[in-house]
Amino acid sequence: MAKYKYNVLVCGGTGCQSSQSALILENLKKEVAACNLENDVQVILAGCFGFCEKGPIVKIMPDNTFYVGVKPEDAKELVAEHIIKGRKVQRLLYVDPETQKHIDDSKHMDFYKKQMRIALRNCGFLDPENIDETISRGGYEALGKVLTTMTPNECIEVIKKSGLRGRGGAGFPTGTKWEFASKSVNDQKYVVCNADEGDPGAFMDRSILEGDPHSIVEAMAICGYCIGANHGLIYIRAEYPLAIHRLQIAIKQAREYGLLGDDILGTGFNFDIELRYGAGAFVCGEETALIHSMEGNRGEPTFKPPFPAVSGYLQKPTNVNNVETFANIPIIITKGADWYSSIGTEKSKGTKVFALAGKINNVGLIEVPMGTTLREVVYEIGGGVKNGKKFKAVQTGGPSGGCLTEKDLDTPIDYESLAAAGSIMGSGGMIVMDEDDCMVNIAKFYMGFIVDESCGKCTPCRIGNKRMYEILDKITKGQGTMEDLENLKYLAEVIKDTALCGLGQTSPNPVLSTLTNFWDEYVEHVVDKKCRAGACKDLMSYQINPDKCKGCTSCARHCPVNAITGTVKQPHTINQSLCIKCGTCKSVCKFNAIEIK
Amino acid sequence: MDTVKLVIDNKQIEVPKGTSILNAARANGIYIPSLCYLNLNHLHIENKPGSCRVCVVEVEKRRNLAPACATECLEGMVVKTNSLRVLNARRTVVELLLSDHPADCLLCPKSGKCELQDLAAEMGIRHITFKGEQSSYRKDESPSIIRDVDKCVMCRRCETMCNQVQTVGALSAVNRGFGAVVAPAFEQDLIKSPCTYCGQCVAVCPTGALTEVDNTTKLIRDLADPTKTVIVQTAPAVRVALGEEFGMPAGTIVTGKLATALRQIGFKYVFDTDFAADLTIMEEGTELLQRLGKYLNGDKTVKLPIMTSCCPAWVNFFEHNFPDLRDIPSTARSPQQMFGPIAKNYFAKKIGVDRKDLIVVSIMPCLAKKYECGRDEFKVNGDPDVNYSLSTRELAHLIKQFNIDFKKLPDSDFDAPLGESTGAAVIFGATGGVIEAACRTAYELFTGKKLEKIDFNELRGLENVRQATLDFNGTPIKIGIAHGLGNARKLLEMVREGKCDFQAIEIMACPGGCIGGGGQPLHHGNSEIIKARFNATYEEDKNKPIRKSHENPYIIQLYKEFLGEPCGELSHHLLHTTYFDKSQLDITIE
Amino acid sequence: MANIKITLHEEDVKKLNDVCNSFGNKPGEVINVLHAAQGIFGYLPAEVQEIIAANLHIPVAKVYGIVSFYSFFTMKPKGKHPISVCLGTACYVRGSEKILEELKKQLNIEVGGTTADGKFSLSCLRCVGACGLAPVMIIGDQTYGRVSPGMVKDILAKYQD
Repeated sequence: MAKYKYNVLVCGGTGCQSSQSALILENLKKEVAACNLENDVQVILAGCFGFCEKGPIVKIMPDNTFYVGVKPEDAKELVAEHIIKGRKVQRLLYVDPETQKHIDDSKHMDFYKKQMRIALRNCGFLDPENIDETISRGGYEALGKVLTTMTPNECIEVIKKSGLRGRGGAGFPTGTKWEFASKSVNDQKYVVCNADEGDPGAFMDRSILEGDPHSIVEAMAICGYCIGANHGLIYIRAEYPLAIHRLQIAIKQAREYGLLGDDILGTGFNFDIELRYGAGAFVCGEETALIHSMEGNRGEPTFKPPFPAVSGYLQKPTNVNNVETFANIPIIITKGADWYSSIGTEKSKGTKVFALAGKINNVGLIEVPMGTTLREVVYEIGGGVKNGKKFKAVQTGGPSGGCLTEKDLDTPIDYESLAAAGSIMGSGGMIVMDEDDCMVNIAKFYMGFIVDESCGKCTPCRIGNKRMYEILDKITKGQGTMEDLENLKYLAEVIKDTALCGLGQTSPNPVLSTLTNFWDEYVEHVVDKKCRAGACKDLMSYQINPDKCKGCTSCARHCPVNAITGTVKQPHTINQSLCIKCGTCKSVCKFNAIEIK
Repeated sequence: MDTVKLVIDNKQIEVPKGTSILNAARANGIYIPSLCYLNLNHLHIENKPGSCRVCVVEVEKRRNLAPACATECLEGMVVKTNSLRVLNARRTVVELLLSDHPADCLLCPKSGKCELQDLAAEMGIRHITFKGEQSSYRKDESPSIIRDVDKCVMCRRCETMCNQVQTVGALSAVNRGFGAVVAPAFEQDLIKSPCTYCGQCVAVCPTGALTEVDNTTKLIRDLADPTKTVIVQTAPAVRVALGEEFGMPAGTIVTGKLATALRQIGFKYVFDTDFAADLTIMEEGTELLQRLGKYLNGDKTVKLPIMTSCCPAWVNFFEHNFPDLRDIPSTARSPQQMFGPIAKNYFAKKIGVDRKDLIVVSIMPCLAKKYECGRDEFKVNGDPDVNYSLSTRELAHLIKQFNIDFKKLPDSDFDAPLGESTGAAVIFGATGGVIEAACRTAYELFTGKKLEKIDFNELRGLENVRQATLDFNGTPIKIGIAHGLGNARKLLEMVREGKCDFQAIEIMACPGGCIGGGGQPLHHGNSEIIKARFNATYEEDKNKPIRKSHENPYIIQLYKEFLGEPCGELSHHLLHTTYFDKSQLDITIE
Repeated sequence: MANIKITLHEEDVKKLNDVCNSFGNKPGEVINVLHAAQGIFGYLPAEVQEIIAANLHIPVAKVYGIVSFYSFFTMKPKGKHPISVCLGTACYVRGSEKILEELKKQLNIEVGGTTADGKFSLSCLRCVGACGLAPVMIIGDQTYGRVSPGMVKDILAKYQD
């Protein structure tokens, strides 16, 4: 990177790409070429910068200027002003919502202030398709160190000492997992990277794979060395074409540089990686199901033990780690276990990446030290709830997690605290909900997801979760009884206790946590037949406030079922028996006269 | 042997390392209910998906309940099989299964023998707390097997039998979640799948999801029709298993009672498929000798090894999977299908009954026989040589319907002329038996000498694949035997690759041979039952006065009076068949 | 499905055989082969599964068991412009279900269906990682972010060529 005067980095995260960042890249390149600046200015598509809310983002180095909300047509101005004239384009800078001041450096933005980027250390700082840039930022240093100066056991000790725990959700100590696999005696072992990120509302792994694929390649090789495996497999969602593309490039480049393949760095260690594609099954995030899927079978989990460390892929000892876990490995090796374990809390070391989304101002990808509180994440990094609405809950852990409320906001983020509060760390989805979200409906949403994604192998998950969904559906339709609530709770406990795999065992969590934290809301649905959030269609009605209605007739004209009647300039009324609750009237009313009751 | 000590329900127990909690408990008199688990001892296969969760137990220091079938006993483990937590969980699991199960027990063919029904009764379930949507699939009625998958509990036993044991691959788990069920490809009917109708899936299904086509009603109507003469043939393996349905020990030989019962039911003539088995040996043995003779005379085009063709599921199997080898099996029809044309062309004339008024029924240990009856090549102007077939289980049911006290029945003999048989025919029921019977005759015809030692012990046994070289007076004859279609596939692949120097191969589709057939009393994987039936078969053979097919006086008479000579023109017409290529994909290529 | 009878062109069969060969006809590669086949045909009709099963020497029931397990695989042809609505949590709480309802209404099809003229097909997916743009819908390769039900009609109009 050093050879250029300016490096222009365009965010290549999915969010920004969806907002035409590829065209921005193209236009910037054209402008640079048109101005004959190719030797001084490099324009690259980088990995995700994280601040998706403000995308598409363009960053200009070395002055680290952070442009937000860039459009393809802004390319000309950026080159002409920033690069040629050295003047920052004010209108594209981030505006602090409180002070209304323009901020040009991401370090000074609230969104980034409390973050600590370890797993995401390279995302947004380099061209992921160029191995030289990775190497210039210290990539493959750890692999070299491990292969030339450490024994496998020494390396495992470092990982154990660092306190790193699995970032896929369950939080099993990574070093211990490696140790199990290393102790399994077999002529063939496998290292598997679980990149089948399936949690709805989470894209951490995708961002790492797209922004820093080499860190995964490097970490897998290190793991291979430690456990005695020569073969690595990355099980990746087929729905992630860009991540697949970049991994393919990374693997090819690493081979060319002798960092994969035979006799790596002349040490006699052989290791190579191939990709396996997932095909849309959330349950394949469970390691035994993942292994069966890689073998060309239905992704059904099997009972553990035997653990994959003993009998995994093709019945050989297999170590499965998730993407984010691997992303932490190289830096732990280079900076040491003590450095890593100094970050975080007593039992949860290091940082955790979250996909912060939902009803929050700063949607994006964040990485915070363990121990950061939910409040800090929601209000400082996230900038609070969108549109000034009232905070209601934050959901962590996706379909296996729970909803936490105002009273839990000071919970420090670590495995034990989140579990104690009734949720889980999970893989890193974090969804903020506001007063317009009905918690019964949210529980139904997650249960619907589980019903869709259950493999159908064991009875509790196949039939039990279906029954839970049906009860929730009944409740949101105003047909629930108090007995249903009791049954729901009872069934949830039995499913937790009897389901075969992690998916089934945790599937009742969203229901249990909402039953605990929002019992009143459930009771309201059942007894009063009311949904306070106005989300359950069957429990609400649209009504016209005669004081606000000006009789403009807009609603009546737009109503698809002609349920609204009234004369011009007189308050209108809605015929409830005809109304299909589509909400069209509310969206077209200019006077906020339509109210949900 | 390494052992581990553990405590189950406060009882100190020591078991071999690797034992599951379920087996440890059962061996020590502690009952744990189970559903999906099935130990198929004699096949060395355990169906252990650990998926029904009926057998869950509490293991101290574990967060969740553990499936007893899939959890290995470890040193110092403390297990509770009957805590409140366990009982509640189990009951809920069974209730959930029932909530997605048609409650039509009154009409269900499995009623009384259904493992889910038993569980519900055991747990005293009187109502279902969690009601909701029930799965609804189209009922699939093939000629042999009825699939009513609304009753499928996803135990996967059938899938294990069809894929791991039989390698037929007709069934697989399909879809996922609540929609998951076991079905043929594209959820089409079995008739469009490579199903061989071996019936091993039916034999292990715990519920009414897989049952046989029941012909008892049809039979009762025919028996009541005065214009019809209804006669019956009964297969060798039936007589060593039927007693089990009436509480007799496995391996009890009930040939005499069987004949009496059939007569009491109202069959005009009670015959024996064993007679046709002797006939099969004459045809198949002659064919073997013809091929062997050509081969020994240096004709390299001759197709060897010859393979037996008595087993209809096996015939279906090679028609689907090895059509390229279909000129290798003997063209001799199976005993059931030899009996049919002899009855309808020879016997019918003898008693002066019109073909269309003669109803030939067979009692078979087999479900594929039902399909075989309906094959077009075994019909004359649409009239089947054998009208239909009943399984051993259906016969037992029928005997009970007729209020016959089976255990107390006096013995009687089969009727002449199609009821006389030799020991060679009896052993058709067990793996290795057909080839041994063939060798008894082939030896004498080939060498022109009398066979001194009738028992070919080297061909007997229950190992999956066996081989032996017999000495035909200086000429070595190499024999291969396989039972279970998975084992057959191994032999067939060797033949296809030309790596097989056998002169003759016997194949039976069901593990153990017909004695383990899909229509037999359910053995639930108990290898002792199979062994007892096996031993009884050879016992029956030993007690027969004549033990070589070609010495059966009625067979000799049949050739003299009617057929002429083995593999002669009439035989060719009535007793031999051709095979078809059923592997064709249903794809139009433009 | 039996009711969607297609006939394969000889060159398509050849392509399929080449795909199977490129994976060494190994049974363990069946999922990769299915991905490649869906890439060629856009969907996986019964005939395609039969040919794959034959090449890989596995029962076609098993292939169908796999195809019907994974939501990425489909046995129905997609429309010319396949529409996917993200139902990930972030999009859900920002109203993607209403977008879906509107699409169903506009196109007069259910999820998993294709319009009679074969122009549009409708499906759901879980999180595309564009939560910042929630709610999100995708038509072909184009992602539409911050969609409201009112925008659906205009977006669809772009494809009414």
